[in-house]
Amino acid sequence: MARIGVFICWCGENIARNVDVEKVAEEVGTLPGVRCSVTYKYLCSDPGQALIREKIVDERLDGVVVASCSPHMHLKTFRTAAQNAGLNAYLVEMANVREHCSWVHEDRDKATVKAIDLVRMAVAKVLRSHALEPIRVPVTKRAMVIGGGVAGIQAALDIADAGYHVVLVERDPSIGGKMAGLSETFPTLDCSQCILTPRMVEVGQHANITLHTYSEVEAVEGYLGNFKVSIRKKARYVDINKCNGCGECWNVCPSKKNLSEFDFNMGMRKAIYVPFPQAVPARPVIDNDACIKLTKGKCGLCEKKCQPGAINFDDKDELVTEEVGAVVIATGYKPYDIGKEQENAQLSGYGEYGYDEHKDVIDSLQFERIVSASGPTGGQIQRPSDGGEPKTVVFISCVGSRDDAKGLSYCSKICCMYTAKHAMLYKHKVHDGVAHVFYMDIRSGGKSYDEFVRRAIEQDEAQYHRGRVSKITGENGKLIVRGVDTLAGEPVTIEADLVVLATAMRPADGVRDLARKLNVGYDEFGFLSESHPKLRPVETNAAGVFVCGACQGPKDIPEAVAQASAAAAKVQVMFSRDELAREPEVARVDEQICAACFTCVRTCPYTAIEEAEIRDRNDKLVKRTARVNPGLCMGCGTCLAVCPSKSIDLEGFTEQQVYAEVESLV
Amino acid sequence: MNEQDQFEPKIIAYVCNWCTYLGADLAGTNRLQYPPNVRIVRLPCTGRIDFNLIIKAFEMRADAVLVSGCHPGDCHYTAGNYHARRRWMLFRSLLDILGIDMERIHFTWISAAEGRKWQQVVTEIVDKTRQLGPYEDYRNVCEALVC
Repeated sequence: MARIGVFICWCGENIARNVDVEKVAEEVGTLPGVRCSVTYKYLCSDPGQALIREKIVDERLDGVVVASCSPHMHLKTFRTAAQNAGLNAYLVEMANVREHCSWVHEDRDKATVKAIDLVRMAVAKVLRSHALEPIRVPVTKRAMVIGGGVAGIQAALDIADAGYHVVLVERDPSIGGKMAGLSETFPTLDCSQCILTPRMVEVGQHANITLHTYSEVEAVEGYLGNFKVSIRKKARYVDINKCNGCGECWNVCPSKKNLSEFDFNMGMRKAIYVPFPQAVPARPVIDNDACIKLTKGKCGLCEKKCQPGAINFDDKDELVTEEVGAVVIATGYKPYDIGKEQENAQLSGYGEYGYDEHKDVIDSLQFERIVSASGPTGGQIQRPSDGGEPKTVVFISCVGSRDDAKGLSYCSKICCMYTAKHAMLYKHKVHDGVAHVFYMDIRSGGKSYDEFVRRAIEQDEAQYHRGRVSKITGENGKLIVRGVDTLAGEPVTIEADLVVLATAMRPADGVRDLARKLNVGYDEFGFLSESHPKLRPVETNAAGVFVCGACQGPKDIPEAVAQASAAAAKVQVMFSRDELAREPEVARVDEQICAACFTCVRTCPYTAIEEAEIRDRNDKLVKRTARVNPGLCMGCGTCLAVCPSKSIDLEGFTEQQVYAEVESLV
Repeated sequence: MNEQDQFEPKIIAYVCNWCTYLGADLAGTNRLQYPPNVRIVRLPCTGRIDFNLIIKAFEMRADAVLVSGCHPGDCHYTAGNYHARRRWMLFRSLLDILGIDMERIHFTWISAAEGRKWQQVVTEIVDKTRQLGPYEDYRNVCEALVC
């Protein structure tokens, strides 16, 4: 006979006011298997927990039901209390008679009847509970950071400085990300490269960091604490260990007219190139689409010039596997490339702005390059069409952002600030020029941010027009910008020399594929989902995988860096233990009755179920079966619902338990 | 008062632990009142719901059943609710063919933030079921089968 103890909480007056707790205790005390049934004013308090512990020992209880608040509130508390009294924690269940009963039903009699039902369900469930032990998994104390922008760099350095090894994977030939291409940063106008490049060098030289540039994540296996990540190192055609970065190769390369990705197509680069002088690693890469040797079979000038013999035209992609315990995703963003082919027809708007049609309509990252001292114009502000100095520049904010009809519904957050910065930097370089800004609202929340915008308007005389631009046309080498100023209540027409579009921030290309490989969720826009928007902002629902930076949502540099440090701290918490304990409420297969249809294998969202074979001592195949990897299983129970032979069950929510709960309601 | 007014329907709700259960918790925290006819069975995910549980509920003399989980795209387990929805589409036609009164089965998405929606959904279901009356048809069939 079972010996279940039922404890009913008054929660002061919170439960006792609307539920007759004594009556509940009396009624459930008569249920088969219930050994004792008591009430107490505050069960979660120290004396309340002591009462539970005492009863467990005195009455030799083998199961406990606590009827009080939501299990999300105190299940852990009561399980710990039971464990301290020697009862297995998983033999404790709760009946939610506060949130689901006393707080929402005023009729005391009816609420009491419901409370009795809820306790009866919990008793039925706990009678069929199993003692479970937490699953212990070893931790590989190495981390992988995917993405080498400012967020990835920060996360990698923090983890590496704490003494753990970090593998940093970057898709481009150099780390640095978008920040390396920025001119100055708001609100202090300090030079972006000056603050970032020392950090990049630190990454390159850190004894605890292995850097894979020009590489992408190919596949991920394993689970929390034990990931196996296969990385594709793309053919670089340059052996970076032999290369000394002297630059002879790109000096002789005859293939000159290739658009520079780093300059957002505003400048040119050779076929063999280092994306920018401060690149880490400062080693070139050959663009196999532009290289004359690789496309036509002749040339090879770089190979002849290369003293250390680092050029290898036969280079192939290489797959390397890294074993890590935690993964931080920091893949960042890309600008909304308006006017071009979109994967989503809804995003094909803004043709009226003539991007791709007029050379002098550019986006903000392109503008960053032409004001940057390291940019294609050496920091001289020149129009792309004729190289002339623009005397009138129009900046248009919210291009693609906050636009349900033809763009993206969210606010990209940083555009108000960088547009003010652009207007300022322009004025600092072209003293007799005029900067016009069209805006919807100015969103400048943040330390010293609003003051910054006011400075752009008041000191640097940026002309702010609250309203949208309806059309941009070309006329006699000028751009005619037609818009409206809704505060003045009149249409505005400006003859501009240059138009800069503050296009929306979108998650980087390929992030959905990466998220699927790591079982991380993403929203309709492709931004990665954190576990909880407030309380678990850098964790994801895939255990051991963290997010930081703009891949999670639009954010500026300080926020990306703060989030990166937070993710790094979470990784360090994981690595502070030799073993990780996971909830044992996971699925298990009854291998004797499994029919090996493997429907569960195909259904599992975590690829936690594998096809296994049972062999006898002579290694003869007895049968095939599905098998759950308890390290990977998150306990959703989807497999159980699809199993035709009912040979999978989910601990904590077994078929027996759930059916018994329902049956208790007859 | 006639008999119809006194009828208190019994409703069994299968809800996921992460969205709807928390939505119902929020209704409690905000003291949003609703009829006390619903009994919640907490499951990790709607993907866990074996739809035989719906039949089981009717067998246990439920007058209506509610299945509720996270909104599409919000599943704690990435895709469990999509599995539930897909299975439900198939199972629904089966139940329909079997002659189960489909007006007694409700499928909704309620997030952890939607305490008010939980209140509304439960209130509506209780009102509707009260109008439909006790689910005698099913019980009659069951009893006939037992005999």
